[in-house]
Amino acid sequence: MSVNRLLRVGTVAVASLGVLALSACGSDPEPSGSSSPGGSSSSAAGGDCPKGTLNAEGSSAQKNAIEEVISKYNEKCADVTVNYNPTGSGAGIKQFNANQVDFAGSDSALKPDEATAAEKRCAGNPAVNLPMVIGPVAIAYNVDGLDKLILDGPTAAKIFQGTIKTWNAPEIAKLNPGVTLPSAPIAVFFRSDESGTTENFAKYLAAAGGGAWTGEPAKKWTGTGAGKEKSAGVAEGVKSTKNSITYVEWSYAVDNKLGVAQIDTGAGAVELSAESAGKALAAAKPAGTGSDLALKLDYATKEAGAYPIILVTYEIACTKGLPAEKTALVKSFLSYFASADGQSSLTDLKYAPLPEETRTKVDAAIQAIS
Amino acid sequence: MSSTDGTGPPDRPTDRAPGPKLDLGPVGHLGDRLFAGLARGSGGLVVAIVAFVGVFLLALAIPALADNNSSFLFSRIWEPGGDNPRFGIAALFYTTLISSIIAMVIAVPIAVGVALFTTYYSPKRLAAPVSHAIDLLAAVPSIIYGLWGILFFAPILRPVINGLASALGWIPLFEKPATDNLGVVFTASVVLAIMILPVVTAISREIFAQTPVAHREGALALGATRWEMIRMAVLPYGRSGVVSASMLGLGRALGETVAVLIILSVPNGNDPWNSSIFAGGETFASKIANNAAEFDSPEKTGAYIAAGLVLFVVTFLVNSAARIIVARSGPGGKRPRKNRRTGDKAAQTEGATP
Repeated sequence: MSVNRLLRVGTVAVASLGVLALSACGSDPEPSGSSSPGGSSSSAAGGDCPKGTLNAEGSSAQKNAIEEVISKYNEKCADVTVNYNPTGSGAGIKQFNANQVDFAGSDSALKPDEATAAEKRCAGNPAVNLPMVIGPVAIAYNVDGLDKLILDGPTAAKIFQGTIKTWNAPEIAKLNPGVTLPSAPIAVFFRSDESGTTENFAKYLAAAGGGAWTGEPAKKWTGTGAGKEKSAGVAEGVKSTKNSITYVEWSYAVDNKLGVAQIDTGAGAVELSAESAGKALAAAKPAGTGSDLALKLDYATKEAGAYPIILVTYEIACTKGLPAEKTALVKSFLSYFASADGQSSLTDLKYAPLPEETRTKVDAAIQAIS
Repeated sequence: MSSTDGTGPPDRPTDRAPGPKLDLGPVGHLGDRLFAGLARGSGGLVVAIVAFVGVFLLALAIPALADNNSSFLFSRIWEPGGDNPRFGIAALFYTTLISSIIAMVIAVPIAVGVALFTTYYSPKRLAAPVSHAIDLLAAVPSIIYGLWGILFFAPILRPVINGLASALGWIPLFEKPATDNLGVVFTASVVLAIMILPVVTAISREIFAQTPVAHREGALALGATRWEMIRMAVLPYGRSGVVSASMLGLGRALGETVAVLIILSVPNGNDPWNSSIFAGGETFASKIANNAAEFDSPEKTGAYIAAGLVLFVVTFLVNSAARIIVARSGPGGKRPRKNRRTGDKAAQTEGATP
């Protein structure tokens, strides 16, 4: 009796789940079909929703982006659970190479020794760096009455190196004619934890600073200032300290209502926006070979309208060698991430979507995963 | 009396059990052995856990320390990992110690004051709510203290810091910082003081409340005012308890991680050493927590573990000091209870001894 009843309940449950799944999948071809007639319609956006759990770990810089994409993805594929643990790029790669997670998120492409370890993890197949999220880094400041601030590479480098100490220094005044600058000392805040944001920002200062930046770009800050923990810490520090400045992910600057400096790359002052950041990525050169899409960003770019301080988060995945069901999951999720649909949801979160050309390449690399 | 009866016949428990009026329930060698084994096991387990932590710290720290190209104890550079690992704990040690000491200087007098107030000054109706409020402080998670400290409390403290700095700025310890940065050691110390307040208050309160009535009434009978009674009877009696309470608080202050991490701003490696409490800094615990996400090589991990080892040793020493002080002053918490039970006679001899 009871077994029969259980069976009956079970069948009903399974049937209703099936209906739910069908209806969930049935609704999706319309939006994806209309919004992206190109490459992505062949991928996850189609009917092929796998089932299972996908675990990923890594960069905290893309935390908000990937969480948004996961929730969007789950609207299409409700049977896939994607867990992303934002523990930091180093930890993510470590976990990926130790076979603990299915893909990793990282602020920088795999270094040679990491790539070797990754190849071992992927059963002898190379891992691929897929640029997925563009996170613009804002130079955020808090100065009373200063609504607009223009900086160029050398001036920014001098401020963060500590050679320019006051706001009314002639270098800053020259770039901001007609603006009253306070004579107060500049309180610089930096990330006290090791961070890809620091590394990318230091790379910018080294490339565009005209020799004013003396440190070697690294995850650890080598410039001046006071350190605060994580992006929230530096943003809070600037917010609560008058006449202060920091570098922080764009979203933190906006959320904390901090001023964001415009960057003069030599082709006029550029305001930070999704387009201007995307332009900088389009100007980047490929650093990897074959299907590896690691990029070499040109921080000193003089391209008109390009905002040069950006951070690219890569998803690192095996090209081959994962179990079939994991491969399907990774492909399905990353395809959606790289689709026009997935990318367009990032703009509201103050990330920049991948430029179309890069996006197509990333999508092709994901389709090549087997 | 009764206790000698109970422990007297270990050799013939079954014969004795039904006979005498004192039925202590089933007694036997098995229970004895079991309980003794459990107790010994528990004791041994604690020692083993501490030893394991110590061994773990040592095992990971030693290789990193062997590679260190800088004086571990006297350098303030912190560049572990890489080809030329150089790291030293001088700055960490200083900030950890100075922040804990300031926290103690603020918290202990207040805690003693609150404890005396709730035991001897306040009306009964008020004592309980005040005690509960203080105890509640212990239940607040440290991350809340951190956020509260930096977002709400630090701006309030800013004028105090400015005032102190302009009055005492000629002492290097109180040197005024160049910027209006809020995340300074002093702010962290004050928040730490609030965090250790409940521990110190609760233990002090218990000790003060147990001052023998005879001591107190003796003092009052000799014409002492209430303050003199507290000074002559309560404080000497409770001294060891207050000391051990302070040591527990100090242990917490030394090891506090998240609150300090959120509040303190970290000095950059290029600036010269700044001993001012109105500048930023890093403690052992906050440094380790801040960098835990990027332990990408065993050497680097080892360096942080080595710092953790120093904190472990310091905390161990502090706790040992507390034990020694408590042991030397006798079991302060137990005497009064005995007195109360045994009555006036014992109390009189107690009163005669000091």
